Amino acid sequence: MSPDPQSQGAPKPRRYKPLTMLAAGLAGLAGALFVGWLALPPGLQAALFLIIAPAFVYFLISRRMGWSDRWMVIAIPLLWFFVFFLVPFFVLGRISLAETMIARPPYSPLWETDRDGNLEIIASLENYRFILGDALYLNAYLSSIKVAFISTIFALLLGYPIAYYIARSPEPRRSILLLLVILPFWTSFLLRVYAWIGFLRREGVINNVLMWLGVIDEPLVMMQTDFAVYIGIVYTYLPFMILPLYANLVKLDDALLEAASDLGARPSVTFLTVTLPLSMPGIIAGSMLVFIPAIGEYVIPALLGGPDTLMIGRTLWDEFFSARDWPVASAVAIVMLFLVVAPTMWLQSVQNRQEERD
Amino acid sequence: MTSNPALAANTKPWRDPAAKPFISIRNVTKRFGDFTAVDDVSLDVYRSELFCLLGGSGCGKSTLLRMLSGFETPTAGQILIDGQDMAGVPADKRPTNMMFQSYALFPHMSVEKNIAYGLLREGKSKAEAYERVGEMLKLVKLEKFASRKPHQLSGGQRQRVALARALAKQPKLLLLDEPLGALDKKLREETQFELVNIQETLGVTFIVVTHDQDEAMTLATRIGVMTEGVITQVGEPREIYETPKSRFVADFIGSVNLIEGKAGPAAPDLMRVETDDLGPVVVPPTAGLTQGQTVWLAIRPERVWLTREPRPDIANSVPGVVQDMGYVGHMSSYVVRLANGRLIRVTQANESRRDTPITWDEQVHVGFEPSDFRVLTQ
Repeated sequence: MSPDPQSQGAPKPRRYKPLTMLAAGLAGLAGALFVGWLALPPGLQAALFLIIAPAFVYFLISRRMGWSDRWMVIAIPLLWFFVFFLVPFFVLGRISLAETMIARPPYSPLWETDRDGNLEIIASLENYRFILGDALYLNAYLSSIKVAFISTIFALLLGYPIAYYIARSPEPRRSILLLLVILPFWTSFLLRVYAWIGFLRREGVINNVLMWLGVIDEPLVMMQTDFAVYIGIVYTYLPFMILPLYANLVKLDDALLEAASDLGARPSVTFLTVTLPLSMPGIIAGSMLVFIPAIGEYVIPALLGGPDTLMIGRTLWDEFFSARDWPVASAVAIVMLFLVVAPTMWLQSVQNRQEERD
Repeated sequence: MTSNPALAANTKPWRDPAAKPFISIRNVTKRFGDFTAVDDVSLDVYRSELFCLLGGSGCGKSTLLRMLSGFETPTAGQILIDGQDMAGVPADKRPTNMMFQSYALFPHMSVEKNIAYGLLREGKSKAEAYERVGEMLKLVKLEKFASRKPHQLSGGQRQRVALARALAKQPKLLLLDEPLGALDKKLREETQFELVNIQETLGVTFIVVTHDQDEAMTLATRIGVMTEGVITQVGEPREIYETPKSRFVADFIGSVNLIEGKAGPAAPDLMRVETDDLGPVVVPPTAGLTQGQTVWLAIRPERVWLTREPRPDIANSVPGVVQDMGYVGHMSSYVVRLANGRLIRVTQANESRRDTPITWDEQVHVGFEPSDFRVLTQ
């Protein structure tokens, strides 16, 4: 294509790149932060403080010295990223290369000096080999991805019509509906998951109502099943699907829908050929925001799932706190992180290529 | 418009009382709550016309267009296109296509796909559709841009894609909502003639909504002037300009001097009107006036004579002083203050370089030829 001078100034539509990056960062944080900070030896904590404090002072001074404001803006996220993501990540990575030991901390040191005074580095990929070789971990990963994937599909199927309806509502009603979507966040997440137990258990609301109506004779077994886990995840993450979809759909120009109809498209065809493709960035952003945290979800399967509900978040917990095998647990966390980052990076590159082609 | 009277009957079907209208709007009213956007409008448009609905914002012209396209349903009245009643026919089933003011091009589709969209919806095969797309691209001279996305095009190119997309399905009626509104002045002038050429080549009936009187005058076979939901006058551009039926139309189209007066006694050849501003004025006889009735004399600035010496050969001549003057190149416009303070707008063609032009604060005479007055009663 030859460059056309007139097309240079044409504005490019904004994509959701920052959102997917944020989602990846948050998911990494969930695993890395949690374990990383626990694993941090007191000495390292002090060292970190010694790095952060001067950096902060320098940063304040440099601002006075007239550095560009751009650095000021970017410094805070960078610092955050460094302290809460990169450092714990490296700590985790280091532990994952160690051997478990009955000691404090419960893993082997990274280096030792032997009798001759030679420095010996002790690091092995044994833990990774162990995880990838053991069907338990592999199944936990696969089943986490399956649960996250199915939950994302249901959240999308439920969230899209809701977001569409809100976006098409007249102004005063739209604000109220949006408020209703956000309202559950005002209650603790844990409380809301517990509330589901009240609905799903044997003598719970759902069984009681169905029995009273005469639909069933025997109470349904819903608690401690995968079904309950899906309910919990879809319920909890639905707003994260609705909000980016809403933000996308509310920008949809009515004239485009009218144009499609004017050119002979039935409403269903208009939806498939215009609305749906144009809302793709919203679908991707919303799906990422549901899929990524759902992979590492621990609380929902722990409270609603049964003993055979296998998810990686739970395996991670068991490894750290029941088995107290920190090196293997760290390796599990790192593999999980890559599982989350890989699809994000892939989507990112797809989006980039798409944008370049446009 | 046309200089060939033999052709007039064919190219101007509205002059022929026996001609069958192609689009009939019958007593159409549209209300939004308490607000009446379109108020009992009746209008006939003939095949292959380029009809302009002209009016300010909120006059109801766009609502009328949207009722033709099927995006709005009339509260009352009937719309017929080619003899078929449009009541209950949804937008996607109407033989009309619309070119939107914002162009409404699908941003995720290439130029080609935008134009093919309507063709594929009516069940054409891909090969057929893209053959037609090729023709349309040639028509609007965008062959090279077939695979571009809309945001990679300039405003003028987007406008042509929108036109091609709307024309691709060969609609019986093409509706254009401010088709040139988003273009800059120079591009707009070029595109005006292009639009007329395309319309004449294809013979499709166009209804154009615009607020720009120059655009309407250049494009239209006929103009309907709209205000407050009502069409106040329908006519050829020349009729609308030369013989406006009301002060509103006279003032809306071009510039005009309106002089209020009282009609004198009816006379066979020339009539007198008593005015405060110009004193007694001689005007051509106008039917249906009663003595003493309030009338307004409308005269275009370019029909007013402006001279340094009085012109005894002109029936109405008044002295004044040049208060303001603007030189535009091919003409100059003046504001002349009469003895009683009344301001008269005059324009003069700058036909010769030799004359010393009339300028500020000069004592002048303004003259009005009786036949240049248009006597208005409303």
